Amino acid sequence: MKIAVCVKYVPDTAIRVKVAADGKSVDLSDAAFVVNPYDEFAVEEALQIKEKLGGEVVVIGAGSEKATAGLRTCLAMGADRAILIQDDTLDAADSLAVGSALARVCRELAPDVILFGKHAIGIDNGQVPAVVAEILDVPQVSVVVKLEVRADGFKAEREIEGAREVVEGSLPAVFTAQKGLNNPRYASLKGIMAAKKKPIEARSAASLGLSADELASRLSIEQVTLPPPRPPGKILTGDAAESAGQLIRLLREEAKII
Amino acid sequence: MTQGILVFIEERQGTVKKSSLEALCAARGLADTLKEPVTALYIGSADPSAQLGQHGADRVILARHDLLAAYSAEAFASTLVEICGRVSPRIVLGAATAMGRDFLPRAAARLRTGLAQDCTEVRIVEGNRLECLRPIYAGKALARVRPLSAPAMATLRPNVFSVTDPDAIRAATVEEFAPSLEPSKVRARTVGTVSGAGQKIELTEASIIVSGGRGMKGPENFPILQELADALGGAMGASRAAVDAGWIDHQHQVGQTGKTVSPTLYIACGISGAVQHLAGMSSSKYVVAINKDPEAPIFKIADYGVVGDLFAVVPELTQQIKKLKSR
Repeated sequence: MKIAVCVKYVPDTAIRVKVAADGKSVDLSDAAFVVNPYDEFAVEEALQIKEKLGGEVVVIGAGSEKATAGLRTCLAMGADRAILIQDDTLDAADSLAVGSALARVCRELAPDVILFGKHAIGIDNGQVPAVVAEILDVPQVSVVVKLEVRADGFKAEREIEGAREVVEGSLPAVFTAQKGLNNPRYASLKGIMAAKKKPIEARSAASLGLSADELASRLSIEQVTLPPPRPPGKILTGDAAESAGQLIRLLREEAKII
Repeated sequence: MTQGILVFIEERQGTVKKSSLEALCAARGLADTLKEPVTALYIGSADPSAQLGQHGADRVILARHDLLAAYSAEAFASTLVEICGRVSPRIVLGAATAMGRDFLPRAAARLRTGLAQDCTEVRIVEGNRLECLRPIYAGKALARVRPLSAPAMATLRPNVFSVTDPDAIRAATVEEFAPSLEPSKVRARTVGTVSGAGQKIELTEASIIVSGGRGMKGPENFPILQELADALGGAMGASRAAVDAGWIDHQHQVGQTGKTVSPTLYIACGISGAVQHLAGMSSSKYVVAINKDPEAPIFKIADYGVVGDLFAVVPELTQQIKKLKSR
């Protein structure tokens, strides 16, 4: 079983967002980067599938050279090898451009299972997996919390509003991982040492033969702003009964919501 | 000619989702600016055309096909794309639900167009172009974006757009449509639904959320939050600290690595207010914080703060609300 995992290297969730000088992007110059937390569930799932069914786990990244560090983390977790589509423009590119690039590499690899995190934190778009599935003409299941892969197909559970949908289908297929799917392993010291020797192949966007149309932007960002600050609130004091009473009165009379 | 707005209407258990009505009403507003019609595409077994007409649709297309009986991203995306070919909409809208977020990007990829995901505002600029506001970094920043290709697509965050009162005089023209779907192109299908694990009211759709964090001290204390949530007709949420401690299931998690919510009222109990949590709930209309630490960052964004012991305040709130509602 060949398993591909597409991984994004993203700013850590603890960052305080600053708007960049151009007013159209976020200044990430001081940000620490991590493997997208949802992608860790995807990598873990890939490793578990390999442990059960055998095969190879290939992690794929797209973006500037910095993303190599994220791929190295995945190799330390146990992935076999990595491919980085190295192109600075992909860091801020549209879903269609990134998805087209990843789909090219996936087509060459011909994996049975393609895993993603449910979305990359930061830009919070969650469209790339569907783009890849569409271009490769394979089925997709998103926000997966349970996955059983067999040689001839799969059964997955995906989270929907207040319930889970059970989805069955054939391989190859694209899956996106949600928290709860598994508990990602930590890289062991041995894994970290081994990862240093594992190959990370760099591919240029040009070598994939992507057309200008595929790389063209479909969305323009006009402006990035910080949300307006919330006005200072009222602090209620007194014992529990008093403050609860005050709070209910304010919610009824001032906010008019209960 | 490219014109008008197409809205995808989602049904669950025979009823139109409220978030789809929100999208329809938002579409009506945009269409009035454009002076162009609204077409509602409904995939389901019922016939909600009267309701859709009253909420602003000029035309309702009821897509009927055996392969649409159960949800699949492939069949739904194909149907939407086929309808786009017939209607040539300027704009396509849907709700940013589990379903909308799943298949609309696939449809956008097939149409090779841009989709603005999870928008909190939409408007028409420069005469006929769509501009959307979408939170990024889970709401720590806001991006104003414009799709550059046609149709311009957007999904709208549930609970943010309002549903206008139905206009009994309005009615839509109705047509049934059988898309040309191939069984060989529907390779992943929903075969069932598992409920029970979920709450009665889904977090992202709840208008009131009562959330607990590290201050809850353990899983055994969460029932007091559930009681308050039940008394208010709301849902229960949690911070990452509570979820990672194993006190409560991850589906309750609010924050940058959990759900982003926009309820009318968010009550944070024993939640200090880490940046990653604030990111997931700061678009709530009213925030109440109950915490014994007066320095907790959550108080900075709270409209009403109670500095006190949540184990005393929360049950007191529940009791007083129950008393109020029984009057």
